[in-house]
Amino acid sequence: MAMEKILTSAVGVPESWTIGSYEKRGGYAALRKALQMEPAAIIDEVKKSNLRGRGGAGFPTGVKWGFLPRESNVPKYLVINADEGEPGTFKDHLLMELDPHRLVEGCIITGWALGMRACYVFIRGEMFQEAHRVQRAIDEAYRAKLLGENILGSGLTYDMYVHMGAGAYICGEETALIEALEGKAGQPRMKPPFPAVVGLFSCPTIVNNVETIAAVPTIIERGGEWWAEQGCERNGGPKMYGVSGHVRRPGVFEASHGVTLEELIFSDEFAGGPRLGKDGKPKKIKGVIPGGASCPVLTPEELGVRMDFDSMMSHGAASASKRPEWVDEQLWTDSLSWPGGRPRGTMLGTGCALVMDEDVCMVRVAANLAHFYHHESCGQCTPCREGSGWTARVLDSIEAGTGTERDVELLLEICNNMEGNTICPFGDAVAMAVRSYVLKYPEEFYLHVKQGGCPYPHW
Amino acid sequence: MTLHFSEQGEQEFQSILGRYPEDHRRAALLPTLHLAQREFGYVSLEAMEYVASRLSLPTSKVLHVATFYTMYNKRPVGRYHLQVCKSISCAVMGAYGLLEYLEARLEVERGETTGDGLFTLSEAECLAACDKGPMLQCNEDYTGCLGARREDGTWPEVDALLDSLRAGRGVPVQG
Ligand SMILES: Cc1cc2nc3c(=O)[nH]c(=O)nc-3n(C[C@H](O)[C@H](O)[C@H](O)COP(=O)(O)O)c2cc1C
Ligand code: FES
Repeated sequence: MAMEKILTSAVGVPESWTIGSYEKRGGYAALRKALQMEPAAIIDEVKKSNLRGRGGAGFPTGVKWGFLPRESNVPKYLVINADEGEPGTFKDHLLMELDPHRLVEGCIITGWALGMRACYVFIRGEMFQEAHRVQRAIDEAYRAKLLGENILGSGLTYDMYVHMGAGAYICGEETALIEALEGKAGQPRMKPPFPAVVGLFSCPTIVNNVETIAAVPTIIERGGEWWAEQGCERNGGPKMYGVSGHVRRPGVFEASHGVTLEELIFSDEFAGGPRLGKDGKPKKIKGVIPGGASCPVLTPEELGVRMDFDSMMSHGAASASKRPEWVDEQLWTDSLSWPGGRPRGTMLGTGCALVMDEDVCMVRVAANLAHFYHHESCGQCTPCREGSGWTARVLDSIEAGTGTERDVELLLEICNNMEGNTICPFGDAVAMAVRSYVLKYPEEFYLHVKQGGCPYPHW
Repeated sequence: MTLHFSEQGEQEFQSILGRYPEDHRRAALLPTLHLAQREFGYVSLEAMEYVASRLSLPTSKVLHVATFYTMYNKRPVGRYHLQVCKSISCAVMGAYGLLEYLEARLEVERGETTGDGLFTLSEAECLAACDKGPMLQCNEDYTGCLGARREDGTWPEVDALLDSLRAGRGVPVQG
């Protein structure tokens, strides 16, 4: 049975981005309700809802809000992370384009709950249309007295501003984003102090993703328990998922947090299965990146997993039995698990999956990702700056047929040394991504080395 | 110094300043550089010096920021800036082929501008429209999925896009 759409309820509605359309769909009722509630009661509802951060890390939103000092003699800020730049991710832009008032309403409720003074929406520089829609929604909200001084007679004074980025993936990382907002190069800060204590303009700051805050109005309207029931344990609510690549119907789909990756890819309600080959038969899937470039790749046998933050973390670890004899045994074992021994699973990330079929060369995929990371590394930390470029060069040479078996081992060594040795998790992301292709598809790397080139069609 | 914001640009500059606390004027730097790019066509060293003077910042700081971010064009670009996404979702849908096709049709290499000043061809990283790959951004617009090159080597969707731009009709609206 198709479930009720919440986060994508604006899809197909004419002029859904206007305040008139939003109010017709029940918009801003939650704000009126929230302004009658104690701020602490709002935070409680969000805690109960099991809402988890939808920027990729899945941190419980209510818990994060709890870190913000209650009393503060400087202003407190909300910053919306609308930098959506993780390759393969395309959900937040849809919310901003089609339902910007949902975001604005969520921002005002959050501001009331946390005693904030203002909110900055940090939008990717490339998203002109989305920024235009969000700015328009903010203007409409000011005219309706939903923003500004003494909102709806509540005594709350709260402003909202759009701030455009300028083309740098790293600005999606919350402390780099704060630097960019302050007019600096987007280079992440050391944590602690966390932004909740020392954030924007050195003031207490909460950074949340677009989709996270867009959930808040519904949580207030229907209650935290209701939201929690729509998902699975510890992962509340419906969630926006995406599927791109070699499927029949790529797009954004809203589903319960308990949906499986397999359903998302194969069900006619969602992506409709793999694309057809020239013979009219569905092509074979070779691999799926479940939630953006940084998430370790999954094989076709590993798709029956629930798309929630916890299930994904413990799923899809590569196995010892796949080790080719030419890879050092200790190196392989070290690569399989985290220091301490827990197997390295994959991640839900942003929930936007990329499906790759049998025509795709996995060495080339890894090289594409490595080049992306090399280009986007902010350059502060040596392991990340040098490691990302080094993996890219080694992968290029394997793809070109000039690599050796030793080069494949070298990739694992570089990744293992990069991880955990950088200021922000960007370095870990490079390592997790690149390593997973070697561990899951060692035979493809071997084939490139032995044949002296790439055996797959050019794309 | 010869550069100045136009009257409208000046108004926008004042409105940008109003978005940030008075003791944090530097926060206006990214939006002011965007404004300078719109006003002056690209972010030249002279434009950086002008922005620095308007925000009372050392030019070196503006230079650091302007060169960190890829959207600030440090060289003039053509009337239509075509930025092809070559990140992974678009790549598996044919982005490299799209770049090669555009290079051949426009007779430029990526990073270059056509002799008539009409087109600049660039590579871009994921533009958050991965379900529509391969795709490109033309100035402020996204094209939507451009389909695939045909077996006979033609690419009607891309040809239609270039024809429409050459005729001054903008990016064709996607169905
Ligand atoms: C390299 C890197 C890039 C990131 N990019 C984004 C992004 O584009 N959008 C986003 O919401 N979060 C991104 N994050 C996560 C943010 O740092 C942060 O966790 C998130 O904005 C918190 O909001 P949430 O709790 O609502 O998810 C990124 C993190 C890293 C390390
Ligand atoms: S990979 Fe091209 S838009 Fe995301």
